Amino acid sequence: MSANQETRGNGDGIPHVLAHSPKDNVAVAVVEGLGANTQAFGVITEDNSTFEVFVKSDIPIGHKVALVDLKTGDTLIKYGQDVGRIVADIAKGEHVHVHNAKTKRW
Amino acid sequence: MSENITINGESPTNPFVGSAPDQLVTPALSADRASSDYANATVMGWRRENGRVGVRNHVVILPLDDLSNAACEAVANSVKGTLALPHAYGRLQFGEDLEIHFRTLIGIGSNPNVAAVVVIGIEDQWTNRVVEGIAKTGKPVVGFGIEGHGDIATIAKASYQAKRFLQWATELQREECPITDLWISTKCGESDTTTGLSSCPTVGNMYDKLIPHGIYGVFGETSEITGAEHLCKDRAASPEIADKWYKMWKAYQDDVIEAHKTDDLSDSQPTKGNIVGGLTTIEEKALGNLEKIGHECTYIDALEPAEAPAKGPGLYFMDTSSAAAECVTLMAAAGYVVHTFPTGQGNVIGNPIVPVIKISGNPRTVRTMGEHIDVDVSGVLRRDMTIPQAGDALIDMIVRTANGRLTAAESLGHREFVMTKLYRSA
Repeated sequence: MSANQETRGNGDGIPHVLAHSPKDNVAVAVVEGLGANTQAFGVITEDNSTFEVFVKSDIPIGHKVALVDLKTGDTLIKYGQDVGRIVADIAKGEHVHVHNAKTKRW
Repeated sequence: MSENITINGESPTNPFVGSAPDQLVTPALSADRASSDYANATVMGWRRENGRVGVRNHVVILPLDDLSNAACEAVANSVKGTLALPHAYGRLQFGEDLEIHFRTLIGIGSNPNVAAVVVIGIEDQWTNRVVEGIAKTGKPVVGFGIEGHGDIATIAKASYQAKRFLQWATELQREECPITDLWISTKCGESDTTTGLSSCPTVGNMYDKLIPHGIYGVFGETSEITGAEHLCKDRAASPEIADKWYKMWKAYQDDVIEAHKTDDLSDSQPTKGNIVGGLTTIEEKALGNLEKIGHECTYIDALEPAEAPAKGPGLYFMDTSSAAAECVTLMAAAGYVVHTFPTGQGNVIGNPIVPVIKISGNPRTVRTMGEHIDVDVSGVLRRDMTIPQAGDALIDMIVRTANGRLTAAESLGHREFVMTKLYRSA
């Protein structure tokens, strides 16, 4: 999928979402007002590669969007690391947070 | 008048309408202005009797205990320009808790940002223990006990001494000192996912650039490394230090968290503010947190709370709570003179004797709480600023702060001084 200018934030290459590592299964919204039904432009900070994801939920700035379909029991991966477990099925493009993901520690 | 008032096309939803006035957030340093000559950078500081460099010149009126706060505040009120540091504890403490209390008070008085100290306590003996501890630095310090004299006579005697110290201190001149003489601490607060992407790596980049030239660094927040402990252990300078660190982390887990938790901590770590900011789990928070120590340096020792580093220049870990004011106070007591504080959602903390430099990459926080932010690194999220550029902007702000620029927290009167208390008093 190629990025067109209209999907790139303000049209000048500003990403909507950032992921840390190519291994991550979530990305972080880094613009305000990322609404449902947006073709979002993303960058992986580790290698500067780009991607696109069709966002299906409103994602507040700083919150995460699923980059793949996630099933209950899957591992949440960010920074290329295990950061918790999925506790409800999440479709690619949906909001990932405390309602569907949880720590493995306490 | 229309029912729907709009300003710039937006309906105001709170009593404060319109945009805030110029927030004076520091713009990012342009790449061509940034210096890479970190080893030869200098700051204008005060070189103290023991050779350490301070960047502030406070005359502190230090209470030994809660009972002495009133007298200390009265002295600071009558001798303008002195600084009282009221706190909640100091009576009937014992064991390790008492040791941390003394280490913190002596450390704060000994910090190079302090020129001279007047200590006031309810009785003479513990007061003298603090005075003698601070006196080892060679700086002027005197103590007064209240018992047998009362508040008023004590305040009068202490005020005469405080005035003498103040007039002496205000004639001390700043001198040019290498930036490598600075001790720079870090702790983040009101983190969100933007801190792990921008402001924490900014601090990490600063450490990667300055630690090799001989500054002292320190990070802490023992409980907030949970989820990244395998990575943190790997960053120790030796297997012995790794083991020492791991024992501290494990003890915090077992003796503090496990012993006292009443639920799964999901409402405390991450905090409510963290969760609003998008952080879901402690593991996610910890990985962002650990970005503050960069990628190159290793920590050369694991310190007890408020313990002064003793293995020479380098990065240290300190066993601290993750509560901002407690942690920054312990680092100040260990002798650190400038604090770098990444924030996502907008923590407003300051410290009475150490300038706390706030760094934020969250564009909403920079816009809505700009008066609290010293270094805006939101360009990192827009991909128009690199982490090395952000690190240079922070080093530039450290130099300006050391030279005398008041931080946002200092300008706004944030003087959070919070003693760490381990358990109930006897």
